[in-house]
Amino acid sequence: MESVYVPFREANSFYRNMYDLFADWTFWGVSPIPDWLAYLLAGFLIVFSVVNVVIIVTTIGTWVERRLIGRFQSRVGPNRWGPWGLLTPVADAVKLLSKEDTTPEGVDRWVFNLAPLVFITPPILVFAVIPFGKDTYIANLNIGILFIIAVTTVTTIGMFMGGWASGNRYSLFGAMRGVAQLVSYEVPMVLSIVGILLLAGSLSLVDIVEAQVIPFIFLQPLGFFIFILAISAEMNRSPFDIVEADSELVAGFHTEYSGMKWGTFQLAEFIAPFGAAAIMSTIFLKGWEGPFLPSQLWFFLKVCFFWFILLWVRATLPRLRVDQIMALAWKFLFPLSLLNLFVTAAEVLVWDDPTIGQLWAMAGINWAIAITCLIVSSRLMSDKLTTRPPLVPVPKRGGN
Amino acid sequence: MYGLGIAKGLSVTLVNLFRKPFTIQYPEEAVPQAPRFRGEEFVWYEERCTGCASCAKFCPLGIIKIVTHPGGTDVQEGESYAIDVFDIDIGRCMFCGLCVEACPYDALFMGSGFERGVYRRDDLIITVEELKQAEKRPSTWFRPQLEAKNYRPQTAEPLSWEEVGR
Repeated sequence: MESVYVPFREANSFYRNMYDLFADWTFWGVSPIPDWLAYLLAGFLIVFSVVNVVIIVTTIGTWVERRLIGRFQSRVGPNRWGPWGLLTPVADAVKLLSKEDTTPEGVDRWVFNLAPLVFITPPILVFAVIPFGKDTYIANLNIGILFIIAVTTVTTIGMFMGGWASGNRYSLFGAMRGVAQLVSYEVPMVLSIVGILLLAGSLSLVDIVEAQVIPFIFLQPLGFFIFILAISAEMNRSPFDIVEADSELVAGFHTEYSGMKWGTFQLAEFIAPFGAAAIMSTIFLKGWEGPFLPSQLWFFLKVCFFWFILLWVRATLPRLRVDQIMALAWKFLFPLSLLNLFVTAAEVLVWDDPTIGQLWAMAGINWAIAITCLIVSSRLMSDKLTTRPPLVPVPKRGGN
Repeated sequence: MYGLGIAKGLSVTLVNLFRKPFTIQYPEEAVPQAPRFRGEEFVWYEERCTGCASCAKFCPLGIIKIVTHPGGTDVQEGESYAIDVFDIDIGRCMFCGLCVEACPYDALFMGSGFERGVYRRDDLIITVEELKQAEKRPSTWFRPQLEAKNYRPQTAEPLSWEEVGR
């Protein structure tokens, strides 16, 4: 068995077990599967199952999300189809698949049809480098976090393709807002990740998890705050959902889509929070590590926790205006992320190879800095954020 | 200021999460109706009606159509008319109840139904046959004698024509 060179066979026991299962399978004394086929089959099976698990979890997630948002708003949520409405996603899927797929006149057909695919691929690709548990990952890329940043950016191209090809002004508005928002929020997001990278000393997500003696959420509170804001802006989740903005732009870039093409856009938007929660639990909350329970379950619980926080924020906060979103990115998050990066770099410079005590000292300093900075900069920002263009003064009528 | 408003908002939604939802699952459960509810099916007692057509005259929309001929056999005092046609077009009715207020013999009452969905406007016209056959559970609206009896049209037994007079 060891004669064939198998890349990352040593690194990934998840993969190796699957490979061995195929390669060592004997049938009447002969093993009918050659090594190259076992390699291919194992790879295909793992990728296939991960993609499908992601999509199935997301489908169940839509139900949970709608039920929870209902409860957040003192409603019940979908409860008609199946016990507690559990079959609602099935009904949705059947409805979307059986709906007429209309293509409006005057659209750019190639781009129009390609956009949903370009939009849904990146959120699924994120799961290629996420470690789901100990030794459970598809690939341990040495540039894992960079891969995630690069790949998620492609979503915007899909969004802009959809908005542009629709030949609808609302769609184009939505798409252009999306591009502007992503370009703005990419900067603080990446800068907040750099703090993590300085502490971990590696871009690989597995290494980042193993480098967390204490979870990075304690060491990087400001970085976490910036990251969660920036990533919900990247996903166009609710306080930052000016891209879709149902009440202004109908549905933004996917106004003209129908049937399963529209469903693909929706699916991608529901996968994205799971991806974001997976990234956050990996780089901020020690990923799969935890006592007693199996590592995969720990990872799933952490993902659920962050997903719930994203959902909670979505259920609560109203949408920001376009200028407020831009001001938040450039005047608030960008300086803060620079400061966070500077402080972390200084700490890493002073305490090279820190002990536990030094790490906790670092955490204390960072928390103090985070709270002070948030108070000071929100004080500086708060009146500017709410400034509106001056209204025409109403002439005073009589009286005193 | 300082994001405290956001924290406050988040706490409000979190409290909602653990509270019973406000929704009433309508077809399975319903809010209790008032006995004075002015509903869609009218309750009409043929024995009490003299065919005076006060209701038709007072209807601001003119949707009550009454055709009579002399020589009816009703039990009220005065001249008696037999009712041939008593059509109420509730598709145009606004349920003001002026017809019930106008009835001098307590022959017409409001009902308490509200779930009459049909596919054609013509099906919304209540004819005299329908009025005769309907279960008589009058709403207590503008009928103090029914209120004095503490009558609940949603739950109580139907009333005969002797029981509804003043």
